[in-house]
Amino acid sequence: MPEPFLSIDNLAVAFPSRGGKKRDLTRVVDGVSLTLAKGETVGVVGESGSGKSMTALSALRLVPEPGRVVQGTIRLGDTDLLALPEKAMRSVRGGRIAMIFQDPMTSLNPVFTVGEQIAEAVRVHRGIQSRADAFDEAVAALKQVHITLPERRARQYPFELSGGMRQRVMIAMALSCRPEILLADEPTTALDVTVQAQILALMGELRRETGMGVLLITHDLGVVAETCDRVVVLYAGQVMETTDARTLFAKPAHPYTQGLLASLPESAPEGATRLPFIAGHPPANAQAVTGCPFRTRCPKVVPGLCEKPLPTITLAPGHVVRCHLYGEGSPSPPERSRAGAPDRRESPVQPGGTA
Amino acid sequence: MPLLTVEDLKIHFPIGHGQVVRAVDGVSLTVEKGETLGLVGESGCGKSTTGRGILRLLPATSGRVHFDGADVLALSGEEMRRLRRRMQMVFQDPFASLSPRLTIGQIVAEPLEIHGIGSGKAEREKRVGELLESVGLPALVARRYPHEFSGGQRQRIGIARALALDPAFIVLDEPVSALDISVRAQVVNLLADLQAERGIAYLFVGHDLSLIRHAAHRIAVMYLGRIVEIAPSHELYENPRHPYTRSLLEAVPVPDPTRRRERAPLEGDPPSPVNLPSGCRFRTRCAFAQEICARKDPPLLPVENGAPGHVSACHFANTLPMWTAPHAAASVTALAEEVMAEEGLTESTPPGK
Repeated sequence: MPEPFLSIDNLAVAFPSRGGKKRDLTRVVDGVSLTLAKGETVGVVGESGSGKSMTALSALRLVPEPGRVVQGTIRLGDTDLLALPEKAMRSVRGGRIAMIFQDPMTSLNPVFTVGEQIAEAVRVHRGIQSRADAFDEAVAALKQVHITLPERRARQYPFELSGGMRQRVMIAMALSCRPEILLADEPTTALDVTVQAQILALMGELRRETGMGVLLITHDLGVVAETCDRVVVLYAGQVMETTDARTLFAKPAHPYTQGLLASLPESAPEGATRLPFIAGHPPANAQAVTGCPFRTRCPKVVPGLCEKPLPTITLAPGHVVRCHLYGEGSPSPPERSRAGAPDRRESPVQPGGTA
Repeated sequence: MPLLTVEDLKIHFPIGHGQVVRAVDGVSLTVEKGETLGLVGESGCGKSTTGRGILRLLPATSGRVHFDGADVLALSGEEMRRLRRRMQMVFQDPFASLSPRLTIGQIVAEPLEIHGIGSGKAEREKRVGELLESVGLPALVARRYPHEFSGGQRQRIGIARALALDPAFIVLDEPVSALDISVRAQVVNLLADLQAERGIAYLFVGHDLSLIRHAAHRIAVMYLGRIVEIAPSHELYENPRHPYTRSLLEAVPVPDPTRRRERAPLEGDPPSPVNLPSGCRFRTRCAFAQEICARKDPPLLPVENGAPGHVSACHFANTLPMWTAPHAAASVTALAEEVMAEEGLTESTPPGK
């Protein structure tokens, strides 16, 4: 595995409990650890409220009030981000670590042209003083994300652009400062599949060119299969499974990961009008559930065992699962072989573009 | 005779300076009793506008809509109000489509009150309880407010409201797009159950092709205000005969990391619905476009060697190269089959009537 560059260790983010006493805290991220190397794309997968976005925002120290990081460390190279003075942190944000969001309109200012906005970022983070030079950089950045007529587009306002083009502008802005890490929070969720395919192809191309690491937050496992080298599966603020993308789809170990994969409409057998799903809802307060937070919905739950604190088990190098089924005292570790499964592939398997 | 017949429906919006947005520009389709017709396409293709036009929530510029013998676009206000009992809608955003100031009970009872169904409060309350239970919610949630519910639960409430008047037809406008994957499947299954029990017909508007494949019996693909292809669901995925349908299918990410694609299947954005290209609307992005495509607007015609009802609006529908459908990883499909066997979901309803 390549040298980790961004490493998040045992992170916890907490918010004051709703309706609770002032000092009661609810952890929305609870003990998350993950690493990201240069040039690598790591997917962070989970349902709404699983703590995906909060984990990413923590790396920029942008957890919204009244939430805060209550535990853990986040390191970028040799820098301890959580200990950095605010002034130094400001040059990390948008400089060394850039972030893009689902809705480009939340990051673009409606009253400035897109060229002006990118130029401002370039002046702040790259020390280019001349306005003309900064504007030229902005045009170059738009060109890099394959926006046609970049000189003209740079003079337009966000509302004049289509959704796909705005997303490109946001990516152009994020990349104009040559970040080492890109945090992409559901960057294609609001887009049509055709535009999504364009944006994902673009992100892959830019990652190969610049060697930046990408932390891709998504709930779409198709997107993960298409873009990620490794995957971290979150549930109720905790890591359930970490592995490389191929293993995730070929041999998912955690029952939650298995349930997510099985709920994909693509995986339903031909002609099925009913789709498999994970019954129930995530717990509103995961700390109220002792032991495994998924046990209330888990089809493989073992009463008396799953209430105990979760073990962290390494199944293979790089494949870590947090589940009692694989631990000591488990009745029998489940057999993962899929012999006899119908092979639905119709063409020979092409090796993917993993780095 | 189909339950719903739409013929050459046009919905144009003037935007000043003599310019017109041709949001829906000659759509014809049919929906049978108890059938689900999927309507898919990119944002701005006119799919939602078509759904609203059929229910007369937007005024049609021209065309005909026949619903169970009634000429919908010619009805008076009072007649239309009565017909609305039989034609309902479920909206995309479960956060915006339920009033935050009404209780769930009031929301679901509102259509009953408007149409004077049920002789008193007690009877309506009983009916509301039954409706909530039919969508998998306990009757006692009637006293609570929308903010207390998750997206999936709110969508169930929206469905209960649409069911209140016992409709024969529901326009589902992206009903699960705002929901998490595991919840999506639950809502799609609920819709299938309700259809099996009550014989409701759906127009399922959506952009998630992999989901619509399982939710619809037939699928219509829209591009720039027109339908470019209609086929039974299975046929559309295995034997698409319009280049745009193929681009859409190729753009869906396949949940199998061993089969990555290097390039996007479709470049650029769709042209503006104000200045449409001459001839075929898709030709500016089409890999198969020839000289004739700029000259002649291709009509929707039955394809050769296709399933019954398979039509395509492409000059080259019968000569396109062979198509290989993308599939999920075998291991993922095996997982799904295992889960379905455990939950007793394997008894699949045969699509179509």
